[in-house]
Amino acid sequence: MDFTYDDEQQALREAVRGLLKGAYADHEARRRTVAEEPGFDRALWGRLAEMGVLGLPFSEADGGVGAGPVEIGIVCQELGRVLAPEPYLASVVHAGGLVAAVGTAEQKADLLGRLSAGELVLAAADTSPGGRWASRADGVRASADGDTWTLDGVADPVVGGESADVLVVTAALPDDGGTGVFLVASDDVVRAGYATADLTRAASVTFAGSAATPLGEPGRDLAASIATISDLTRIMGANQALGVMQTQVRATTDYLKSRKQFGVTLNTFQALTFRAADMYVSLELAQSLVDWATMTIAGGDPEAVAEAADRVGLQVSRSGRHIGQEAIQLHGGIGMTAEYAVGVGTAHLTVLEQWLGNGSHHLTRLAARVDDHELVEAL
Amino acid sequence: MQLELSPSDAEFRDRMREFFTTQVPQEIRDTVLEGRHLTRDQIVESQQVLNAEGLAVPHWPTEWGGQDWSELQRHLWHEEMQRAGVPLPLAFNASMIGPVIAQFGSEQQKQRFLPDTANLDIWWSQGFSEPDAGSDLASLRTSAVRDGDDWVVNGQKTWTTLGQHGDWIFTLVRTDPEVKKQQGISMLLIDMTTPGVEVRPIELIDGGHEVNEVWFTDVRVPGENMVGEVNSGWTQAKFLLGNERVGVAPVGATKRALATLKQNAADQMQDPLVRARVAELENDLLALELTALRVVANSTDGAPHPASSVLKLQGTVLQQAVSELAVELAGPASLAARADDDSPQEGWARRAAPTYLNLRKASIYGGSNEIQRQIISRTILGL
Ligand SMILES: Cc1cc2nc3c(=O)[nH]c(=O)nc-3n(C[C@H](O)[C@H](O)[C@H](O)COP(=O)(O)OP(=O)(O)OC[C@H]3O[C@@H](n4cnc5c(N)ncnc54)[C@H](O)[C@@H]3O)c2cc1C
Repeated sequence: MDFTYDDEQQALREAVRGLLKGAYADHEARRRTVAEEPGFDRALWGRLAEMGVLGLPFSEADGGVGAGPVEIGIVCQELGRVLAPEPYLASVVHAGGLVAAVGTAEQKADLLGRLSAGELVLAAADTSPGGRWASRADGVRASADGDTWTLDGVADPVVGGESADVLVVTAALPDDGGTGVFLVASDDVVRAGYATADLTRAASVTFAGSAATPLGEPGRDLAASIATISDLTRIMGANQALGVMQTQVRATTDYLKSRKQFGVTLNTFQALTFRAADMYVSLELAQSLVDWATMTIAGGDPEAVAEAADRVGLQVSRSGRHIGQEAIQLHGGIGMTAEYAVGVGTAHLTVLEQWLGNGSHHLTRLAARVDDHELVEAL
Repeated sequence: MQLELSPSDAEFRDRMREFFTTQVPQEIRDTVLEGRHLTRDQIVESQQVLNAEGLAVPHWPTEWGGQDWSELQRHLWHEEMQRAGVPLPLAFNASMIGPVIAQFGSEQQKQRFLPDTANLDIWWSQGFSEPDAGSDLASLRTSAVRDGDDWVVNGQKTWTTLGQHGDWIFTLVRTDPEVKKQQGISMLLIDMTTPGVEVRPIELIDGGHEVNEVWFTDVRVPGENMVGEVNSGWTQAKFLLGNERVGVAPVGATKRALATLKQNAADQMQDPLVRARVAELENDLLALELTALRVVANSTDGAPHPASSVLKLQGTVLQQAVSELAVELAGPASLAARADDDSPQEGWARRAAPTYLNLRKASIYGGSNEIQRQIISRTILGL
């Protein structure tokens, strides 16, 4: 048992941090980037590709790097620390994960190779309007005419969908055949893009007889694989949220030390330092579950990964709301402004949670299983 | 990063589990698991079973019975004891005065006290707190005045846990009232049968008698019973209180308590709200347990991991939360707290309210949770 990052992992962290610092150390830079099309920095995306970061999860045969979950988690943490708007979770982890899990050998080599090289941006369309984190599709329906497939329906929100080149769509198969996954070129759909609360981009995507290519073997129910990839994405989203929380706790303590009111710095007031101490407690508890859940992925058991995703989802919900809310409160008015990173960080935590599965959802799932064990085993 | 225990650590854990569940008397473990009160004899017997196997004081220097284990092994030992319902070795002996004597005591004090302390042949009490010296311990007033080779002690200690069983008491006394308050304190070991020592019980809100006042009236203490130099007591106190905070998160025991509660209140486990509260507490305990593992796995270089101060704080929060849920699930049956043993109400339900009330202490002693927050905000966050 070992909770430390090895030297190579540290080096990866330093490299990614260095690159992102150049881009977003100044929150103004992030504000400018999200205000313009496509909502992220294509040049930075290219540099992430050159560093091998976009190909981390994929096998070398498919043009990737073949790294493990800990490495991908490190990248997500670093993206979270600076609130980078690049669609790494949506495009690489989620959509790329679906391709890697269910695609044919040719599909994987083609799509993942180009994704790793930064030549292709993917987005996963797996949520219907009003839908809540289901692995079975109901908003989009697939029809087959011989070997030709088409899709009809609406997916919304599709995170990163506005600028993606190819959509990876989950759709209900004909005759209650379960849920399949399809590739759809983005010029074959109608997209209405919008900004989410943290000013990153999502889209409402309408399919109207859109030509679709089955990912993997046509007609098979892929709900189980879809669920597992969603769980992996949740765990990586938790890593990203951890990065945000680290920044929030740091920013808040720095602020308490520098901001003066009543002629003294705010850290003179014990009521405030105690609240900062509680934020630190929340942060450490979240870090423990994030590290644990990330390591659980390496074990390769989908049930264990599902369990870990629920557990980390609940903890990150609790810690993230606590830290995010207190970060704004302890900053006072400036915490409410869009030009200051703290409030936007809280917005980002909110978006991550509602996108990937909120605390109540994960708690409901855990509560359903309380009789399955006597006590929860950590190791 | 890697989740599994190494084969040798896994083997170590199995060995602990095997020993605790087969060699410590079942009757004693049942008493712990059911949340009933242990007698003095049971506590002594259990510690002696552990000590015979070298498992009572593994964190002491090897010369005095320690085991030279890794932090992780100590953690596994500690967790497995709690899981099996083995009473932890008496903290006053094993975690507090023993390490202090081993570190600061004279050779003669080590010979005289350490073997008996490890084997619980001497039952120690902790005489630090006073009515006007709680969190601000350094303001204590109990005085020791030199008279020939002896010290003459006068004053009052309070909150002395299990002092009614105590053979000896380790105290902090004021030996110089003129200097800065931390600099005039010494540590004295006092035989509780010495004339002038009087132990008076304090009744707590759960009806139990676990703490006492200890009064000293012209108590003569031989000079050889001072630990370290005169006026160096604050150094030893800080060393002791530092140890007191390590390993204080009762994760294993709280997990066990929650698992037992699920069984005891099985008829209510269909209520979705109850299930959600149990699931939430289980998750909180997992996060705490993993935090404890991070701390032990990463503290090889000697310096304590910063997150260690989270353990006492969150550990007591969860210990109290589980006891609170128990009262709620007991409901009206909890009113029978002080009914006779032939009460028709189930034992766990009758014990729920006293346990809940008793555990309010957890966030007060051993450095209150406010003091923990102060440590985090000052030493970790630099506020
Ligand atoms: C059941 C029990 C058993 C005990 N056993 C022993 C024992 O065996 N031996 C022994 O020596 N002592 C023992 N103690 C004493 C224990 O260590 C003290 O109770 C503890 O140090 C707190 O001191 P106090 O009770 O005087 O509270 P106070 O220090 O007066 O505190 C009152 C409240 O104010 C808060 N507070 C105090 N100072 C600050 C500050 N600077 N900032 C913010 N908040 C603050 C505290 O957290 C608490 O909430 C025991 C206590 C209990 C309840």
